[in-house]
Amino acid sequence: MSQRFVNNVVRVAILLVLAASSVYTLSETEQAVLTVFGKPAGDAVNTPGLHFKIPFIQVVNRFDKRWLEFDGDPNQIPTRDKKYLWIETYARWRISDPLRFYQAVQDERGAQSRLDDIVDGETRNAVASFDVIELVRSSNREFEATEELSGVEEGSEVDVKVVTGRAKIAEVILAKAAAITPQFGVELVDVRFKRINYVETVQAKVFERMISERKRIAEKSRSEGAGRAAEIRGQKERDLLAASSEGYKKAQLLKGAADARATSIFARAYERDADFYAFLKSLETLEKTIDAKSVLVLSTESELLKYLKGAGGK
Amino acid sequence: MAEYGRQDPLDPLWDAVADLGKRVRGAGSGGGAGLNLNPGRLRNYAIGALVLLFLFTGFYQVAADEVAVVQRFGRYVRTAGPGPHFRVPFGIERIIRVPDKRQLKMEFGFETVNSGRQSEFRTSEESKKESLMLTGDLNVAVVEWIVQYRIKDPYKYLFHLRSVTDTFRDMTESTMREVVGDHSVDEVLTIGREAIALQAREELQKLCDLYENGIEIQQLVLQDVNPPDEVKPAFNEVNQAIQEKERAINEALADYNSAVPQAKGQAEQQVRAAEGYALERVNVAEGDGKRFEAVYEEYRKAPQVTRRRLYLETLSRVLEKSGSKIIVDQQAKGILPLLQLDSLAKEKK
Repeated sequence: MSQRFVNNVVRVAILLVLAASSVYTLSETEQAVLTVFGKPAGDAVNTPGLHFKIPFIQVVNRFDKRWLEFDGDPNQIPTRDKKYLWIETYARWRISDPLRFYQAVQDERGAQSRLDDIVDGETRNAVASFDVIELVRSSNREFEATEELSGVEEGSEVDVKVVTGRAKIAEVILAKAAAITPQFGVELVDVRFKRINYVETVQAKVFERMISERKRIAEKSRSEGAGRAAEIRGQKERDLLAASSEGYKKAQLLKGAADARATSIFARAYERDADFYAFLKSLETLEKTIDAKSVLVLSTESELLKYLKGAGGK
Repeated sequence: MAEYGRQDPLDPLWDAVADLGKRVRGAGSGGGAGLNLNPGRLRNYAIGALVLLFLFTGFYQVAADEVAVVQRFGRYVRTAGPGPHFRVPFGIERIIRVPDKRQLKMEFGFETVNSGRQSEFRTSEESKKESLMLTGDLNVAVVEWIVQYRIKDPYKYLFHLRSVTDTFRDMTESTMREVVGDHSVDEVLTIGREAIALQAREELQKLCDLYENGIEIQQLVLQDVNPPDEVKPAFNEVNQAIQEKERAINEALADYNSAVPQAKGQAEQQVRAAEGYALERVNVAEGDGKRFEAVYEEYRKAPQVTRRRLYLETLSRVLEKSGSKIIVDQQAKGILPLLQLDSLAKEKK
């Protein structure tokens, strides 16, 4: 290989290194601060694509442009009504001013620790200034209840009107914390309660209360059943008596009407000659009452024998 | 961290090529000691390698259920749909594939270990924490649910949030707790399930739009919703009591049904019998009446004779029927006490 070729290769290499050192790319997710010997040079760069810089002297410090994660320290915090709740929050933040961010906290770890102080602190303040119910509920909507489960009187805690509510409390925390974070180039975009639970000891008490509440519902249901059953049995007695007496009444009415009708028919027929009727009736009765066991004593003066006697004597 | 967008698989290749270039450069400056190549052949090899590289790093394929987000020098330039595509080679344009047509699923409170005909599920400590939540009446419920979603906007999905899926989990948990926190434990366990799922879905979509994470919620479905294990027996007791209540009522109704219709039937029977009596009574009256009238018509023509005749006829029939007859003369007085009527009657028997 000739000396010239080698020289060319060296030249090209130097040019390549120079070129590589004078350009840099930024992704959609990145932003950068250029520094000269650790000192920021110029404004932050936040447009993605190919960029130029002074080779070797300017150093690119890249920062994420996206919303970044943050988890609050899960902790037990007393509420205003002195109940201990287990609170877990999460937040999202972004580096809104890379220059200030770089100067104030250097990197994400620095920012996280600042956020710990601010968000956790504000969470404590907020939780401590509200009652449990405010942290759990978001509105004052009425609970729907099924027929079986209704009628169990609610505890006084639950009947309290919610003034602020969970979402608003999170907003309060966000507003207070977000007011501080621009100091180190961070915009806090959202803070939310991820989990709110009772601490162990309170939980056991709550379970006890739930059990007694259920027992009450069960008792109510049972006694309702017994009550309904008794009511039905009573109705049965009533309906039985109603049915039989109704039947009796109708029967009597029918019989009475028929008797009346029969009486009027008889009267109309017999009034033509009451005497003859009585005579006929007597005969009929006589015939009916005499049977094989009867002993008849007839006087010779009787109508039947009267004529015979006379015939024999004369 | 399971992000769905993944880096172009050719990136390592491109890095390797750059590395090779450095070595070739190093060999050249070293005066040809390592590689014994003359400049002409070296140029040919270089051109050949460049052409291959051009093809390898230029063409790419996008599967049917995904899109490729193309970045030139890191800047987003376009999104390519399914099919074969070309991009500016040598790593100038890089792609990230996003499965935007696939329905993705996230489980809360449980994990599917093995999905199949009979899927297996598992609840780890973490999922237990996920599912335990406070209800609006300050009770505790264990709620398991799933979210099905789709990446609607790959650009936002990739570039707006870091760790999108973790954030999405946080958002979903927070939303579900907020919604459950506004319902009573009875609503959560029974009547409110659908309403809760619907509301949570809406709230979550709103939150997704606020966070601009490019996710579209398709379904949010509540799975097992239970009271905590510690209070489960008490809840079961309520169900049992409701059953007992129904049984008591049913038994009473059965009692009622077995007695009352029968009594009504009996009453009806009484009425029918009375109707029969009435008919008979009237008919008899009419019959007797008519008979009397008929006899009377004849009697009227000769009252005395008929009267006597009827008497004698009847008496003859009566005498025929009767057992003993005693005829007493008018003169024979005091005979009656001598008659032993009883014995006479007995003899006849």
